[in-house]
Amino acid sequence: MLIRRTDSLGPSIPSSEITSKEVFEQHQQARSRRRFLTGAAALGAGAIAATRIPGIFDPHEEVQAATQLQTVPSKYTVTDPQTPFNKATNYNNFYEFGTDKSDPARHAHTLVTRPWTVKIDGLVKKPQTLDIDGIMKYRPIESRIYRHRCVEAWSMVIPWDGYSLSELIKFCDPLPSAKYVEFTTLLDRKQMPDLPGGFSWPYTEGLRMDEAMNPLALLTFGCYGQPLPNQNGAPIRVVMPWKYGFKNCKSIVKISFKAKQPPTLWNEMAPNEYGFYSNVNPHVDHPRWSQAHERRIDSSFLPHTIPTQMFNGYGDQVASLYTGMDLKKNF
Amino acid sequence: MSKRSIIVLKALLHLACLAPFVWLLHLYRNGALALNPDPVNYITHFTGDWTLYILLATLAITPLRRLSPRIAFLVRFRRLIGLYAFFYATLHLATYIFLFSGYDVATVLAGIRADHPGEIVKQWKLIWPGIVDDLLKRRFIQVGLLAWFILFLLAITSPAFIMRAMGGKNWQRLHRLIYVAAIAGVIHFWWLVKTGVRTPWKDTAVLAVLLLARIVYTVWKRTHKRKPATRISIEAVSK
Repeated sequence: MLIRRTDSLGPSIPSSEITSKEVFEQHQQARSRRRFLTGAAALGAGAIAATRIPGIFDPHEEVQAATQLQTVPSKYTVTDPQTPFNKATNYNNFYEFGTDKSDPARHAHTLVTRPWTVKIDGLVKKPQTLDIDGIMKYRPIESRIYRHRCVEAWSMVIPWDGYSLSELIKFCDPLPSAKYVEFTTLLDRKQMPDLPGGFSWPYTEGLRMDEAMNPLALLTFGCYGQPLPNQNGAPIRVVMPWKYGFKNCKSIVKISFKAKQPPTLWNEMAPNEYGFYSNVNPHVDHPRWSQAHERRIDSSFLPHTIPTQMFNGYGDQVASLYTGMDLKKNF
Repeated sequence: MSKRSIIVLKALLHLACLAPFVWLLHLYRNGALALNPDPVNYITHFTGDWTLYILLATLAITPLRRLSPRIAFLVRFRRLIGLYAFFYATLHLATYIFLFSGYDVATVLAGIRADHPGEIVKQWKLIWPGIVDDLLKRRFIQVGLLAWFILFLLAITSPAFIMRAMGGKNWQRLHRLIYVAAIAGVIHFWWLVKTGVRTPWKDTAVLAVLLLARIVYTVWKRTHKRKPATRISIEAVSK
């Protein structure tokens, strides 16, 4: 039975209606067999992928797409009215799938999110490759409603599902010399036929270690209680609610620990427009527009323009990370 | 081309030029715009895109009609199309002022309904500093406003009686500014997209072809004026 993943995101369809029972059970067994967070498991998943007959329906994807995530509540939640699901999943900057904000929702169905592994390397005790399903099971997935502020002066309020990035970093066991974390997005021209020229792909982003360890930094697997739609950075991304959206690396395939500040894609492209820190700051304008206000994407037709808050309103939790720093210089 | 067919074609052109605007109204009426994640962004890009398309169409008339004397009548549509470029440019500017800059239309409408028309001015005072800031700091805004202002000048001097009052030569000199407006419009587009984004390349390519066509024509005309002259003189000698 061939059903496109993107069509089956509706939560009302039970997985049993999409996938035959035998296939589903096989998958469940395979899933339980897969050992947690070992390089061997990752290799095994890779081997399964290699032997898969191309074009044959992969049950894993269907089950994944139709399943609601099991989440627990979180104290890191804001009460602002949420952006409607359809708007948050049809208005995305994911340039690998096209530069228009409506492109990713139309093109990202070509992204294959299973099997998926994340390579951990750089300054760690033991470099290794982790399987996505293992990472997802490592800690309970929390539902956190965050404000999301794009550098383009629009904003959303999105319920993300994930756990603190610090949990995974602790698991990776970085060396004391590791001062920065670098994230890399998948680069695969076959899965990304609309990849635009003019950019130094792959997409990379970076954080200072103490920023990455802040409990607000969210390792994210889902939104609105569902696994991340491809256009939102499936199957694994980070969300840094006090920074501009482009700092949130999507569809991560590599996490590297570094001693020096890593080069990041937008900062390399236009250093005067996109700083390494890129903390939300109403007092530092983008060269081409003011950052003092933002257009809140909600259900209204008329624009809802509101003042932008320092650190996107998360100052209580993160301002201490930057004490003594000139945030106009280190924008 | 009979007068009657010109009138029919003009009516059709009006419909064609209004079609994008009618489409936008349709999207508003059927609720599609409200479902759009960022209606303001959509309207801004939509009106900006159509300003450029229609401006380029205006500039295409001269090179086209030079291809054959049989389509020389096209020039009679140029003013009509050009005025629609100004129409969409004005919609684009109005979108920037009333939707993009933070002007609170909802509050103003509520104010008008509650007999407080002062809200119109109050909201204006709130956003004005931001607009001044944009004008002073942002070159893509400056170049965009320059293009709009040129189109405005061309639009108000477009009636035949003003053309007569100005004198053909002066009028033509002023209306050659359309080249500046088109180039400024395309630069406005390049300066607003992010580094690395190449979306404006199509508009740029069309503009380049249209400008190049004029240069080629001028050069071709010069060389062809000379040749018949030499031929005649040779013939005169041989006789």
